[in-house]
Amino acid sequence: MSRQTPSTTAPVPGAPSGTGGPDTPARRAGPGAGERLAAAAERTWRPVALLAACLAAWWAVSAARLVEPYLVPSPGTTLQVVRDRAGYLLEHSWVTTYETLLGFAIAVVLGVLSAVLMVHSAELEKTLYPVLLFAQVIPKIAIAPLFVVWLGFGITPKIVVAVLIAFFPVVISMVTGLKSIDPEMLELSATMGAGPWRTFAKIRFPASLPHLFAGLKVAVTLAVTGAVVGEFVGANEGLGYVILQANGNLDTPMLFAGLLIMSLLGVVLFALVELAEKVLLPWHASRRADSVTTTL
Amino acid sequence: MSVAEETVGKPVMVESAPRQAQPAAVDVKDVAVRFRSKKRDVTALERIDLSVPMGEFVSLVGPSGCGKSTLLKLVAGLLKPSSGTVRLHGDPVTGPRHDIGYVFQRAALLEWRSARRNILLQAEMRGMPADRARRRADELIAMTGLRGFEEALPHELSGGMQQRVSLCRALLHEPPVLLMDEPFGALDALTREQMNIELRRIWRETGTTVLLVTHSIAEAVYLADRIVVMSARPGTITEVIEPGLPAERDYTETVGRPEFAHATARIRRLLGSAAPPPDAAE
Repeated sequence: MSRQTPSTTAPVPGAPSGTGGPDTPARRAGPGAGERLAAAAERTWRPVALLAACLAAWWAVSAARLVEPYLVPSPGTTLQVVRDRAGYLLEHSWVTTYETLLGFAIAVVLGVLSAVLMVHSAELEKTLYPVLLFAQVIPKIAIAPLFVVWLGFGITPKIVVAVLIAFFPVVISMVTGLKSIDPEMLELSATMGAGPWRTFAKIRFPASLPHLFAGLKVAVTLAVTGAVVGEFVGANEGLGYVILQANGNLDTPMLFAGLLIMSLLGVVLFALVELAEKVLLPWHASRRADSVTTTL
Repeated sequence: MSVAEETVGKPVMVESAPRQAQPAAVDVKDVAVRFRSKKRDVTALERIDLSVPMGEFVSLVGPSGCGKSTLLKLVAGLLKPSSGTVRLHGDPVTGPRHDIGYVFQRAALLEWRSARRNILLQAEMRGMPADRARRRADELIAMTGLRGFEEALPHELSGGMQQRVSLCRALLHEPPVLLMDEPFGALDALTREQMNIELRRIWRETGTTVLLVTHSIAEAVYLADRIVVMSARPGTITEVIEPGLPAERDYTETVGRPEFAHATARIRRLLGSAAPPPDAAE
């Protein structure tokens, strides 16, 4: 068919009607460094102010001697301990960090694999799901001693507890993500002649990542809890051990120092997952720039 | 009347002779589709017969739920008919067909891919040679006026632009048949008219056979050679209308033509939306 319409009838497409069209290049150019700094300050001042208020309250309570210092040490004393025993704390923090990260990594691999299998086959899902649920409802603290009996005092039982506790949110979020795919997208894929593997690699898996990251944020903080619970049950190193020791000696400043570092560890790991999300899924992060959390 | 007399007596369109020699692009014969649910059986389509010659543009209109989209899915092989046969270029359709392009109402773009990479998804999925795909993508981007927006992510594009990307993706592998399921349903009226004009131009440049499902009577008549009017459940073909508009269609001029008015009025009457009020006759 070689009939050709005169090019004069071809309109300039989109220009007058496109709502997102004309402003797109401007948006892609991005804000300047100063603007970005201002935006960051705008985002962070509220939580920082709240944290400062909490610290001030803590300081006021201990300074006014409302509570005995051996029960609640002052912020100054706590920070003093952190500074004086930095080497000791760092050594034990490193152990807990190592256990947490290893447990988290194993939980992610196992969780993603199980989710893929469960979405792939309804039979497998029916078989696996009750087992997973059962494993989830067992209190990890209750079974942690068993792992110590089985696996000894090394880091293995801590990693196992961390894996168990972090696994569930990963599976649930990944299954949700894989199932939330637009059915039209799958039909389209069928007309493109793509096999199941290509459809998975190019469409299903990337589409599920925002959901997965929501689960990873929960999982990473839970992994810290898992590692510390493992240490509580029987360990001679790690932040759990530090806290238990301090507790036994009624050394509340050290106990508070341990808690502080443990929280810090959780926050840092959470921030790292969020950073990974921003780097790996810029398209997703830019869509929800206004909200702090996604589905949590 | 003999065949010879007929050819002499009527002005014959140049394309019609070769058309009859080759099998129809889309051939639907006595097709019915029934969905079984626990509560009841639903007959979505019944006694559907439709033959679309190569290069023709056919619009499907009908009330909501009359099975227009189901008919497209049958042609694409995404659904199997309960009875009857569907053929594409003479081959019976037994599973998802790869020699078609499909456009949905929602653009169904991958959010993490730029406009250009969304178009190239088609090539990646079917393993097309990369340089040929890239060249073809460039052509389509120019043809649909997406130039300058190649690197934009879907959420940075307007609805009309997103639908253009979706159209480019559907045309990348030069499919002989293009299936469009209310592609402009979500656009505002002005953008929709522009897209109609562009689609008409693109169709004339590519020579693809097009099946278009739409709710807009004006869109159906402006774009198509023939309009298939369907009835509500069970979906059957009520009438096929051939308005006889010229191939060259300036939008405003075409909409003002008596053939256009006649065709749209006829479709409105068939769809029951222009039934005269009971007290119209005084």
